Amino acid sequence: MLKVDIIEHGTVVDHVQAGMGKKVLDILGIDEKSGNRVALVMNVPSQKMGKKDIVKVEGILISKEKTDAIALISPRATVDLIKDGKVVEKMQAELPESLHGVGKCPNPNCISTQEKAPGKFHLEGQKYRCGYCERTFKPVELL
Amino acid sequence: MDLISFRDLDKGTVEKIFGIAEDIDRQLERKKVEKLEGIMATLFFEPSTRTKLSFQSSAERLGLQVVDFLADRSSLKKGESFTDTIRTVDGYCDVIAMRHPAEGAARLAAEVAEAPVLNGGDGANQHPTQTLLDLYTIRKLKGKIAGLNVHLVGDLKHARTMHSLVYGLGMFGAKVTMVAPKGLELEEHIIHEAEKKFNFKMESRDAIDLKDADVLYVCRVQEERFADKYEAAKVKKEFTISADYIRKGKKDLVIMHPLPKIDEIPPEVDAMPQAKYFEQARNGIPIRMACIKMLLEG
Repeated sequence: MLKVDIIEHGTVVDHVQAGMGKKVLDILGIDEKSGNRVALVMNVPSQKMGKKDIVKVEGILISKEKTDAIALISPRATVDLIKDGKVVEKMQAELPESLHGVGKCPNPNCISTQEKAPGKFHLEGQKYRCGYCERTFKPVELL
Repeated sequence: MDLISFRDLDKGTVEKIFGIAEDIDRQLERKKVEKLEGIMATLFFEPSTRTKLSFQSSAERLGLQVVDFLADRSSLKKGESFTDTIRTVDGYCDVIAMRHPAEGAARLAAEVAEAPVLNGGDGANQHPTQTLLDLYTIRKLKGKIAGLNVHLVGDLKHARTMHSLVYGLGMFGAKVTMVAPKGLELEEHIIHEAEKKFNFKMESRDAIDLKDADVLYVCRVQEERFADKYEAAKVKKEFTISADYIRKGKKDLVIMHPLPKIDEIPPEVDAMPQAKYFEQARNGIPIRMACIKMLLEG
């Protein structure tokens, strides 16, 4: 197993569906310009999931809202917030009841796509209904 | 308040609109309509005959003035955004009736406009006043909706009116029988949503058989939906509602169509007492008057 340094102050996103680690960084708004120290470990063997990705970000403590946004691509994801090298909070990603400004409607004929309006969706069962075109989509389709 | 989607309406609100429409029907008969004040803007970004004219006629009958927007002669041609157009028009009127090819356009308009917005059709999504007038027509002609067997025949997949109609029929406890060409069936998620919401089961059949139908709602099968022209011609023939089909049905069968009809109902049927589609189109007036009144009076 690859060794990655522990972080002193930051966020560990674990149990990310294999292959979705890069999308987690997108959700957290982290790119090459952000300047944060980031570790993305892909295809780590997992008893529960077979394979998983892990994301570690130094210097950012993410909110519950962001944690839940990760559930869109990885419903089993867990988040540990680290301060002074210790886990101070554990969070489980849960699909949010509603989404505002997170996600984009995949329907090309939806006015939110054409007018670049921020997406709005509400959860119905395991799918999200677009607040504009009223079609339903799997969570992963919104990202 | 806006009227954007039939999905936003509960049965109580629909009953309230029917009540206002019945009242207006009586006023229209007496030629003495209670007047309102204000201006309606009609913004139709795509062609329409019945919806646009009936919104305009409804507004005028209520004493409103109408300002019309012609998309091809507007600043849209200069690249003005949809939301900027709506914000501008909002300053010129008290109520907006609109149609747009993009799904959700009326919802977005309602978010940016202070004036109430009436959706006259948004892409393949919703056409709530059509569903209201369809249900109103059934109730007016049959005295009820609950328990009636309503046959929906034709291209159920692409007909915008069908999406909210099945929802409305479920809300009022009708039985629904669907007959559509292969590949043009109503989408599964629409059936599932209506069935789950109103706890009923819709039936699908392979061929038209009107023996048990109380209402026949026909929509056009469009040739351009088929890659194979021979197949298109065959299906069009199969889904043409001939006078013979009608004669095999109940005597008090009600035939409806959102119009325009092309050749799915031959002209010989127009003269049959069962043909009610022009009466259905006329019911757009009391229903749209009722909707305008409800929105303007809050």
